[in-house]
Amino acid sequence: MGLVLSPSQTSGPMYGFALIFEGCERAVEPDSPGAVLLEGRVLDGEGEPVAYPDAIVEVWHGEQWARSRTDADGVYRVVVARPDSSELDGVGTEAPYLNVDVFARGLLRAAQTRVYFPEEEPANAADPVLQLVPEERRHTLMGRREDGLLRFDIRLQGENETVFFDR
Amino acid sequence: MALASPVDVTPPFLYPEYQASVLRAPSKRLVQVPAEWFHTIPGPVFGRIPVGPNDNDLLHQHAGDPIGLRIVLSGRVLDSDGRGVPGTLIEIWQTNASGRYVDPADPGFVPLDPNFTGAGRTITDSLGRYWFKTVKPAPYLGARGSWFRPAHIHVSLFNPAFGLRMITQCYFEGDPFIRTDPIVQAIPDPRGIDRLVAKVNVEGCDRTGEEATVAYDWDIVIRGQNATPMER
Repeated sequence: MGLVLSPSQTSGPMYGFALIFEGCERAVEPDSPGAVLLEGRVLDGEGEPVAYPDAIVEVWHGEQWARSRTDADGVYRVVVARPDSSELDGVGTEAPYLNVDVFARGLLRAAQTRVYFPEEEPANAADPVLQLVPEERRHTLMGRREDGLLRFDIRLQGENETVFFDR
Repeated sequence: MALASPVDVTPPFLYPEYQASVLRAPSKRLVQVPAEWFHTIPGPVFGRIPVGPNDNDLLHQHAGDPIGLRIVLSGRVLDSDGRGVPGTLIEIWQTNASGRYVDPADPGFVPLDPNFTGAGRTITDSLGRYWFKTVKPAPYLGARGSWFRPAHIHVSLFNPAFGLRMITQCYFEGDPFIRTDPIVQAIPDPRGIDRLVAKVNVEGCDRTGEEATVAYDWDIVIRGQNATPMER
């Protein structure tokens, strides 16, 4: 017998003046060693951007954390340190990844996903969380290397819908 | 380890009455990640989020006093066994007493209050307690003219040690728009809706003249599956 839990509700579009502050999109400085510029678009079921002011993207791993509001093109941008692989006791070795949570108008609860690094084969192939994902959908969790940045688009719905987790 | 509540309070991603969910709701089954895989992994720290000692007093952030009914919203963050959850960052944002957000994204149908911003932060104490002094927000017409939202305070919760990252909303007892709001009504079980409704504590109201406030009680209950390191 437990207490009834508090349900999730949408962030709505009006959070900016409370949740966004100077530097919140940077877990580390862009010129620090190992810094990763992670950038991408949040897209709806018709491929339209979930644009300003509607979406907030939080990226975290271990003790680092960053937060970004999408712009007029639905683009979020954060700077984080490149994570290491990590051991899960009795389960296996996780490849480097970043947790990515999306809150938005229209999302009654957070859409929680992960981005992996494309250059990390064969670590990705052995990753225990990726192995929970149907093989044909794993590519939706793979970042794309472009000059100076890791690109990760989040498709909330539709063709190539990003894999979301219940954690 | 606490048992998860048997009451289904999690809103679905897709709730057609909430039109904004139609093209944004993930449609595929979520991949379940066993929670026990991660119970020793530290979560993110929120030390970079600035929390000032008076950030939970929204009545005194400007030179003058804001318009509106002054309230104290207080309660505890609890796990499902009723144990207080200390060290939880709570961030809130709300409209002023006329239903206007300071956020530039607000359509601006009703006036700003120069003495009210409507953003606050606090961290729960060793017993999981928190409080905010603020004015009661107002129902407002959505930007697209669709429906009146009930008065509400947005609440963001963050506690890495408990694997907690959630955004929800606090509503107010007696608000008729709770019954017609699709965002609220997406919650499958009425007990979940009731959990989000703050109740007036008549005895707890401050009746000392200038400082008088109406007390609203509102507890937040989170899944207790991630035991704190201290409990092991």
